[in-house]
Amino acid sequence: MKTVKSLVLAGLLALMPALALNGSALAQDNSVAAAPAADNAAAPAESASNATAPTAEAAPAAPKVAAPPRMKPTEGIGMPMPGEITLQKQFSPTGHTARWLHDVLLLPLITIISVFVLILMLYVMWRYRRSANPVPSKTSHNTLIEVIWTVLPVVILLIVAVPSIGLLADQYKPAPKDALTVKVTGYQWYWGYEYPDNAIPEYVSNLLPEDKAKANGEPYLLAPDNRLVLPAGRPVKLIITGADVIHAFAVPSLWLKMDAVPGRLNEKSVFIEKPGVYYGQCSELCGARHGFMPIAIEALPPEQFDQWVLSQGGSLKGAAEKTAQAAPAATEKKI
Amino acid sequence: MTTITADHHGDHAHDHHDADHKPAFFQRWFMSTNHKDIGTLYLIFAIVAGIIGGGISGLMRAELAHPGIQYLHTWAMMMDGPEATLDQAYHLWNVLITAHGLIMVFFMVMPAMIGGFGNWFVPIMIGAPDMAFPRMNNVSFWLLIPAFVLLLGSTFVPGGTGNGAGTGWTVYAPLSTSGSAGPAVDMAILSLHIAGASSILGAINFITTILNMRAPGMTLHKMPLFVWSVLVTAFLLLLALPVLAAAITMLLTDRNFGTTFYDAAGGGDPELYQHLFWFFGHPEVYIMILPGFGIVSQIISTFSRKPVFGYLGMAYAMVAIGVVGFVVWAHHMFTTGMSVNVKMYFTAATMVIAVPTGIKIFSWIATIWGGSISFKTPMMWALGFIFLFTVGGVTGVVLANGGVDDVLHDTYYVVAHFHYVLSLGAVFGLFAGFYYWFPKMSGKMYNEFLGHLHFWVFFIGVNLLFFPMHFLGLSGMPRRYPDYPAAFEHWNWVATMGYMVMASGMVIFFINLIWSLAAGRKAEGNPWGEGATTLEWTLSSPPPFHQFETLPVIEDSVHH
Repeated sequence: MKTVKSLVLAGLLALMPALALNGSALAQDNSVAAAPAADNAAAPAESASNATAPTAEAAPAAPKVAAPPRMKPTEGIGMPMPGEITLQKQFSPTGHTARWLHDVLLLPLITIISVFVLILMLYVMWRYRRSANPVPSKTSHNTLIEVIWTVLPVVILLIVAVPSIGLLADQYKPAPKDALTVKVTGYQWYWGYEYPDNAIPEYVSNLLPEDKAKANGEPYLLAPDNRLVLPAGRPVKLIITGADVIHAFAVPSLWLKMDAVPGRLNEKSVFIEKPGVYYGQCSELCGARHGFMPIAIEALPPEQFDQWVLSQGGSLKGAAEKTAQAAPAATEKKI
Repeated sequence: MTTITADHHGDHAHDHHDADHKPAFFQRWFMSTNHKDIGTLYLIFAIVAGIIGGGISGLMRAELAHPGIQYLHTWAMMMDGPEATLDQAYHLWNVLITAHGLIMVFFMVMPAMIGGFGNWFVPIMIGAPDMAFPRMNNVSFWLLIPAFVLLLGSTFVPGGTGNGAGTGWTVYAPLSTSGSAGPAVDMAILSLHIAGASSILGAINFITTILNMRAPGMTLHKMPLFVWSVLVTAFLLLLALPVLAAAITMLLTDRNFGTTFYDAAGGGDPELYQHLFWFFGHPEVYIMILPGFGIVSQIISTFSRKPVFGYLGMAYAMVAIGVVGFVVWAHHMFTTGMSVNVKMYFTAATMVIAVPTGIKIFSWIATIWGGSISFKTPMMWALGFIFLFTVGGVTGVVLANGGVDDVLHDTYYVVAHFHYVLSLGAVFGLFAGFYYWFPKMSGKMYNEFLGHLHFWVFFIGVNLLFFPMHFLGLSGMPRRYPDYPAAFEHWNWVATMGYMVMASGMVIFFINLIWSLAAGRKAEGNPWGEGATTLEWTLSSPPPFHQFETLPVIEDSVHH
């Protein structure tokens, strides 16, 4: 039953952009309420490159709140660095645990094992070369050593397994009830973000063209026009789905990667520790422009986030229930 | 482990005419029932496919040397006509990665390992005159030709945004169903069907041959490890390929007949395809590497002049890898949104594979320990295999961690990992086997200097090519991208340089191959001396057209 229900919901979600488009075409000149949706749906190619936040100018009915200025990315934070040989700096609690597991446990372990095997090989190659050892031994069994090299790896793996399983349990901790829910939808080839809690309808996020990215001081191919704006220091629940084919929503500096699968609603809880811009890229082959649908999360301090919500014509959480009735029907059928 | 008192007749003059009567050219090569000739055909096929698949990776490395689109658009115009759009160029990129993967897996490694070396040496090593079903053996090979033609042909017909199948070798739905209009993906799927049928027939043939046609005294526990490896591989093929066939058949019906196996809108699920694909796909990676394990075991033993250390452990480690390989598939799907318990299980199960793999690595080193090593070319490749496979194996333990994989999944770290175990594992095994058995197959010695040179240039090249990909993956570069942010330029450029070094190594290989075939010294029956104890070295080089018309008898030796 549960599956059927989620499939139905997913079907509705998948239809969303189409509905929004139709709505916008019809409602162009008569409805103020529909205006944001219209603007957003028509946005794919259009971009707010260095304008402040996504749909700043598209909320005439909402109380006039200015969006916070578009945050400048910090070099080396939330993005790869030239010549880098390590994982990106992490900005979420699970990211710290996971990076610790990799850097402190796994990486030294695999380095030691590889070097150990290399040294052993170099030693036997040198020691038992034909000129040094013309008569080979005929030993082909040694039960003790065979038991040792079976049991020892088992012990090592158990040592690795404990924190690995712990990390998994951490990553799957459900977001608290009051977490902000944001819906992320992958399209060929852009992302759509929607805030059901705040009654902000979906807006889309496209690749920022090279010249605009440069002018903006943002890394080309990582920078989208509209970012996913989230609060820092507040739990967030992302509901991730795909509209056409499978995409993957990935932000390395938040230890975040989740497939956007059509017909499925994947949930991922995120907690961003510090305000900042965190870049990512689509990570599941999704067709021609797979490499050209970047992701950027702009994490704002909570009060600025609220300001941003209001600037979008959204309502703050808690007040959402009341305003919900006023919003277009399709938006909350599925909440 | 066994002393062979092979009462072989093949290289004796008195029955020369019976054993060496070869059919005429067309009948011999196009209607062959001889396992050695079919093995040769497989090897030639694999070399041709390898040149194409390797050439494609050259195109990809050229494009990736610097950020920005360098050549891709030009190539798209050459393929699709001068009005090709940038999107068509991007699609061409996906066609290239798809073709590279499918060609290397299905048309290079598998035909060379199992079809080539398996056909050539399994019957000889167990003292059989030929394969159990010689005509089926011929069908297995000739099915590969239409399969390959279909795959190559698919690049010239529409496949969605541009020409060709741009789905990746995994052919994930719904990109491969609703996401790729046009006949290209259908052709690629049919190509996989035919190649799969070819492999299933081959697997049946090997299982029957090994279980029924061993010479008197050749018990299962006396079989050379290469035969063990092919036996395990054949079982994996037999059990895994039908699942692939089912999965891609459902793709075909989803594409063409309106079914919705993988379409949520009709009650299906795209994840179903991934589960089916990887239920095949994970055993598939062992299908590619296990024969390499076998080859390396033979070579290490031969050139250390010692029997393989822990023979039973080695054989059953392969069986264990084969069995466990069937219950770990979903570690390829850690980010699809599976539940925490499922992810924990697949994390733990995957790590278990490290244990039998460790047994193999340490047993190889123990085989060398106390030996009397001669560093002939095959030995160099086998030693390179052990170390590089270890490096590829340990990064597998990192990726096995479901929680860590969240950041590494679908990045270049994965590309580095599987090229270390396949391009530096399976391919090193292939070269090791090729140099090891080249004198036996051709009757000519290869050039030792060129062989060593090939090894060193290739070794340096592939490490330069693939090691930096670990760095790219750690810092977050996703796979299957024709263009990347400027930050990734450094290591991409190094990788492209590595490709060029590797490619020059391949030039040396082909020079060696042609020179040796044309002017190589004549090879003796056993060019490797006392360490080479398996039955193929009791025959002449090349072996007579029909060997073992009187079966050899394998006697127990004092060791074992």
